[in-house]
Amino acid sequence: MTPAIVVEGLVKRFGATTALAGVDLSVPEGSVLGLLGPNGAGKTTVVRTLATLLQPDEGRVEVVGLDVVRDAAQVRAAIGLTGQYAAVDEYLTGAENLEMVGRLYRLGRREARSRAAELLERFDLVGAASRPAKTYSGGMRRRLDIAASLIARPRVLFLDEPTTGLDPRSRLGMWEFIADLADGGTTILLTTQYLEEADRLADSMVVIDRGRVIARGTGDELKAQVGGQRLELTVGRGPDVALVRDRLRPLAAGEAQVDEQTRRISMPVSGGTDALAEALRRLEGSGVEVLDVGLRRPDLDDVFLTLTGRGTEEAESPDAAEQAGREPATTAGGAR
Amino acid sequence: MSALSAVVADSATITRRNLIKVKRVPDLIVFATLSPIMFVLLFRYVFGGAIDVPGDVSYAEFLLPGIFAQTIVLGSTTTGASLAEDLQKGLIDRFRSLPMSRAAVLIGRTVADLGLNAISIVVMALTGLVVGWRINSSVPEAIGGFLVLLLFAYAISWLMAVVGLLVRTPEVVNNASFMVIFPLTFVANTFVPLESFPSVLQTFAEWNPVSAVVQAARDLFGNSVAGAPAPDAWSLQHPVVYTLLWTVGFLAVFVPLAVRLYSRTSTR
Repeated sequence: MTPAIVVEGLVKRFGATTALAGVDLSVPEGSVLGLLGPNGAGKTTVVRTLATLLQPDEGRVEVVGLDVVRDAAQVRAAIGLTGQYAAVDEYLTGAENLEMVGRLYRLGRREARSRAAELLERFDLVGAASRPAKTYSGGMRRRLDIAASLIARPRVLFLDEPTTGLDPRSRLGMWEFIADLADGGTTILLTTQYLEEADRLADSMVVIDRGRVIARGTGDELKAQVGGQRLELTVGRGPDVALVRDRLRPLAAGEAQVDEQTRRISMPVSGGTDALAEALRRLEGSGVEVLDVGLRRPDLDDVFLTLTGRGTEEAESPDAAEQAGREPATTAGGAR
Repeated sequence: MSALSAVVADSATITRRNLIKVKRVPDLIVFATLSPIMFVLLFRYVFGGAIDVPGDVSYAEFLLPGIFAQTIVLGSTTTGASLAEDLQKGLIDRFRSLPMSRAAVLIGRTVADLGLNAISIVVMALTGLVVGWRINSSVPEAIGGFLVLLLFAYAISWLMAVVGLLVRTPEVVNNASFMVIFPLTFVANTFVPLESFPSVLQTFAEWNPVSAVVQAARDLFGNSVAGAPAPDAWSLQHPVVYTLLWTVGFLAVFVPLAVRLYSRTSTR
């Protein structure tokens, strides 16, 4: 299949900071790519470059076969963008927002209106269609924002952290919408911090950190890299946590992490519940009080730990700009 | 669609969007009309008795063109603050990702603000008529007077668009503009005759475009001081030409600059 999105050797610098240090991506037409990474990894910078909002410093960036710099106008006609913050006009009603965006996509008046009605229906906003968006909940705004990006039936859709900040129910609803779109043949690039989300929606995933791709593959392939399940246990007061780790070491299928503060141990294991039973047997009679123990599937944090040796929490990248982008700018800044 | 008709259509869409906000937030229109009324009454009755205008013209007639000019120049600062707000809320990002004209968001903004300014000037004129201001010229001249005022304010709007896109925080845009607008509108013939200024300030005031706008409006409304000494400066002898020169100059510089900034700017 022809790729709908091609990124080769994309480099983007903001002043002295290198936000993207050579990113390669290829997304086949009609498929969904999950772009994973912690805050500040460069996800948003990739999306913004693809959506023609930023110009690449180096590399080739093409959407539906068109160069994002040279053919920017045509690229814009083929894409839909939903940023991290719902970019809807608060004073316009839901219907007015959609019609405005439809008109700006060059739909005729009548078509803009009928598409708006269709999308309000589909995104469950009919009841709120004639209320100003100011009165919408976070989830409703997000749905309206996505509806706006779909109004001209884009071939390629960019969703930047579509579920961040949503409550669990809205998140599930959003997942259904995205899955429906994907079934309808729209090529989607979505960024997320959650492996579970990418796992559920994406055909393939790319993990980036500090502006570089550190892993790619399907969800199963990534999890295989992390190595099966993880055994986690928290111990009460008593012997040193390190001592407990030493007792369990023979069970570990990889490096064990120990948090002295919370007295928690986490290690990859193979063998599932057998490993769990064995671990408890090994601690019997050692005087160790086990407060909590369990097996869990690996998540993005584990992928990170395995790939970078750091958790997502500490994966602060030099691209502090992306972090700053999460807050409304309160100080004067250079034009980006 | 040709490039030009695309610009027009997109700008109309954005203008409509901006005017809907005016409709939904009545405070905007209330304050856009109340503050000019307040200015007219304040200057007419508080300072009116203390300020001597030369020749045989009432202070109300001298004052109103000055108030018109100051209020609509202040009104133009809305352009900067509104763009900064759109930028902050991510709307500019959305617009920039759409296949729309690069100038449309700015044209739609400045045109909507021109509309608001037109409303305030009508309100001020009506208030002025109540407190003793009169138009002593022909209808075409009077229309010319309003047009010169609005055109100049429109050009200032584009300057404010540049400020808004650079400063990016609505509150800061407001403060920054007042820093510039107040000296410009006060060190002028707006409220007091130029003869009352010390000489350095007087020279500045004579060449200050705001003075020319005010002078042009006074001439065109027939509010000029009969029997007052003729102005020395060329700028005030030919206020309409001088004002139009500034207007064209502002537009020639700030329209392309604003469009360029818009095309590169984005949230954060």
